[in-house]
Amino acid sequence: MGLGAYIAVSAALFALGIVAILVRRNVLYVLMGIEMILNAANINFVAFDRFNQSAGGGGGLEGRMFAIFVIILAAAEAAVALAIVLNVFHLFNSVKPSEADLLRE
Amino acid sequence: MHFLEFNPQQDFHLLFLSFVLPLVGYTIQIFFGKKLPRRGDWLLTSFMFVAMSITVLMFAKSLWAAYHGQEFRHHSGHEAGLWFHWLYSSDAAAAGTPNVSAAIYYDSLGAAMYAVVGIVSFCVHLFSIGYMAQDKRYHIFFANISLFTFAMLGLVLSDNILFLFIFWELMGLMSYLLIGHFSHDPSQSYFHRWATQACKKAFLTTRVGDTCLLIGMVIFYQHFGTFNFTELWRLAQEEVARNGGQYPTWMTVAGLFVFGGTVGKSAQFPLHIWLPDAMAGPTPVSAMIHAATMVAAGVFLLGRTYPLMSPEVLSVVAATGTFTALFAASIGTTANDLKAVLAWSTISQLGFMVAAVGLGGVVAGMFHMVTHAFFKACLFLSAGSVIHGCHHEQDMRNMGGVRKYMPVTFACMLASTIAIAGIPFFSGFYSKDMIILRAWENVLGGHFDGASFFAAVALPVAACLTAFYMFRLIFMTFFGEYRPGTVPSPFAHHGGHDDHAHGDHGHDEHGHAEHAHAGHGHDEHASHGHGHDHAKHAPAVHAHAAKAHDGHGHGAHGHADHGHADHGHAAHGHGGHGEHAKPHESPLPMLIALCVLATLGVFGGHFWPADLGHSLAFWHHAHTWFETSVTLESLYGASAPIERELLGHAGHTAHIVALSVSLTVASLGILIAYLIYGRGWERSQRIAGKITGALGDIYGVIKNKYYVDEAVGCAIVVDLEAKGNKRYEPDVSVIGGSVALGRALSWVDKNIVDGLVNLVGRTGRAIGVGSSHFDRVVVDGAVNGVGLITQTFGSVVRLLQSGRVQQYATFAVFGGLFLAAWLILL
Repeated sequence: MGLGAYIAVSAALFALGIVAILVRRNVLYVLMGIEMILNAANINFVAFDRFNQSAGGGGGLEGRMFAIFVIILAAAEAAVALAIVLNVFHLFNSVKPSEADLLRE
Repeated sequence: MHFLEFNPQQDFHLLFLSFVLPLVGYTIQIFFGKKLPRRGDWLLTSFMFVAMSITVLMFAKSLWAAYHGQEFRHHSGHEAGLWFHWLYSSDAAAAGTPNVSAAIYYDSLGAAMYAVVGIVSFCVHLFSIGYMAQDKRYHIFFANISLFTFAMLGLVLSDNILFLFIFWELMGLMSYLLIGHFSHDPSQSYFHRWATQACKKAFLTTRVGDTCLLIGMVIFYQHFGTFNFTELWRLAQEEVARNGGQYPTWMTVAGLFVFGGTVGKSAQFPLHIWLPDAMAGPTPVSAMIHAATMVAAGVFLLGRTYPLMSPEVLSVVAATGTFTALFAASIGTTANDLKAVLAWSTISQLGFMVAAVGLGGVVAGMFHMVTHAFFKACLFLSAGSVIHGCHHEQDMRNMGGVRKYMPVTFACMLASTIAIAGIPFFSGFYSKDMIILRAWENVLGGHFDGASFFAAVALPVAACLTAFYMFRLIFMTFFGEYRPGTVPSPFAHHGGHDDHAHGDHGHDEHGHAEHAHAGHGHDEHASHGHGHDHAKHAPAVHAHAAKAHDGHGHGAHGHADHGHADHGHAAHGHGGHGEHAKPHESPLPMLIALCVLATLGVFGGHFWPADLGHSLAFWHHAHTWFETSVTLESLYGASAPIERELLGHAGHTAHIVALSVSLTVASLGILIAYLIYGRGWERSQRIAGKITGALGDIYGVIKNKYYVDEAVGCAIVVDLEAKGNKRYEPDVSVIGGSVALGRALSWVDKNIVDGLVNLVGRTGRAIGVGSSHFDRVVVDGAVNGVGLITQTFGSVVRLLQSGRVQQYATFAVFGGLFLAAWLILL
């Protein structure tokens, strides 16, 4: 399998994440969308790292290390985001992003 | 330093204090006068007393300096740095461009005049307390005479002609207000209408002179660039020297204009017409105007501008003065109104002063101004006292025998009359003799010009007439028997008894005040010893008051009315007044004022002599205080005009001639007066009738004041018969030249000037409407349009601001895609 397949999966996952962010009515799905986007990025990191080695471009672990970082970041982000969601729920009594429109002010 | 030495550091402040005190008093009085106890008279009178004390102290300093041979010319700006900078800029001063700064200028003449104003004004204040007691606008009256005094004090202290002019105008205003004092009081039926017109007449007539003065002043300023007297004198002297000892023509013209100011203010022919009518004001005002303030200002101006006057101007001045002296004196002999005699006498005496200046005797003129101020103030106040005592009767034919009832007034008036007539050892003699001497010196000294000769002949004649009419006044008023109601009088009541009971003229209330205040003068009443005979007594109260009644036929009027008029007397336990309500002596404040002025009128000519022995030798003029203090050198310093050299022994001869002439004319005048008027009323009427018959039409012409008033169209006719007319129609005809001119100007103003102004206004309005339209449609449209566009755009854009995070994210994503497409595809 070539690099293109990995990138295609990654792009698809990214697009799905974007769509989830933009159209889902529940903020939890939005968070899931974000996770999907992050994972799309991870696929790219790992894929490029793998194909870079096989092409004889050096033996570093940069790509994989970045992927691990992103996973850690995603965990931290999830914690913060869920806290925000909890507050939004307290404030608006809802988890629908369309109802949290205070930014309009 | 001797305490009488002038101390610039402190004395200028004192002078300033005495100058502003009347103004301070005026300000307080005008706001609070009505609410103050006694309506504020004590306040202003005491202020005036302080001011007077300062003026007298300062005057003493000037005399002390004169008798110690010191120069007495003080300027607050140069000596104490006290300036009032007006229209002043230090840049202009550095560049040498003219500025207008005023300061106090206090010289020997100023000192004498300042003291005269202070003393006379204080006496008038004091006198008014009694005289005006019943006046409705008592507080306003006091405020006004205070401001009048302030104006004159300021005029005397001015170091420049511009400030003199300012105070001069202020005085014009105050004379207007004071002459018109009764114009606010319709109950004073006669004076009301007369005063309304007289104050206008005075204001307009003097305005002619004021305009002349302004023109002359500006011409001098144009050439010399300064208003300051000292500077003007110096520059005039330099100008004359540059011009080869001759006065340039423009100085003659300007001098004539300045003299025009004097003609107006000092009532010289032909602008004298306002002064006799100024009697419409209350008597204390007349005393102020005739003695210390208004008319003296004109003469004082001559004293201040004397070095600016070319010989041609001086000839005109001398001729005008002499003519006025003679002219007014002749009218004075025909007047029957007590105050009118004095008014004409003032004009005549002012003529003497003006003539003296014109003849080169500026010291003599100023001296006469000072002595005249005292005895004329005394005469006027005495006349006021007589009028007051005779229940506001002013016609001398209705008086007579007043001497018995008013001994103090009589003594004061007699002393002043002797002074004005020119009897030796009385002040008027010294000054008047000096003027006649001056005329004769000119004639005998070889300076034989027309004006001097005219003056040398005419002034003694005027002096003779003066003595005559003044003693005529004394004989008619004070001698013989009291004869009220001899002729119909406009001054007393002639209305119904309702009017009387209310005190239309305040007669009866005056009577009240009299008897309530002062006990003197009642002895005479009591000595008549009549009982309470109302039937006999009551009508008599009205006898002199009733116009054209025989004075005894008033029984029908009933007693209730009379009771009011009489109970003041009854309360004092007097047993009635016999046949007539007798004149009564005036209250104490009035008498004090009279006595002070009479004393000064007698001794004002020669008090404080340098050398007693010489001063008693009354022909030694140079030993009166005035000539010691005021000389040409002390007045003008180095800028003094050179006195004419007298030829040979002309001076000595002139002394003898003048002395004998003065003595002769004075005694002649008195003798004639005695022969005609001193020997009983009936006989005097017989003789006077013969004389007037012999004179025929000439008498009528003189009696009608030579028709000057009519000639200039300013005659005032008060129609008494219309008194019953309650509406007080303006039956007073003033078709004065100035009034007619005013009407013509008013027409021009209304039709042409206003038309132009209106045209300009309409054009402006049309333009305004157009531009307003433009403003509304175009400018406002543009502004609104911008606003509308912004608003519309905003309302569209605000739709994007939904506050929804997902929408924002959508924009961001599509924006990012767009950018990516842009970067990739292009």
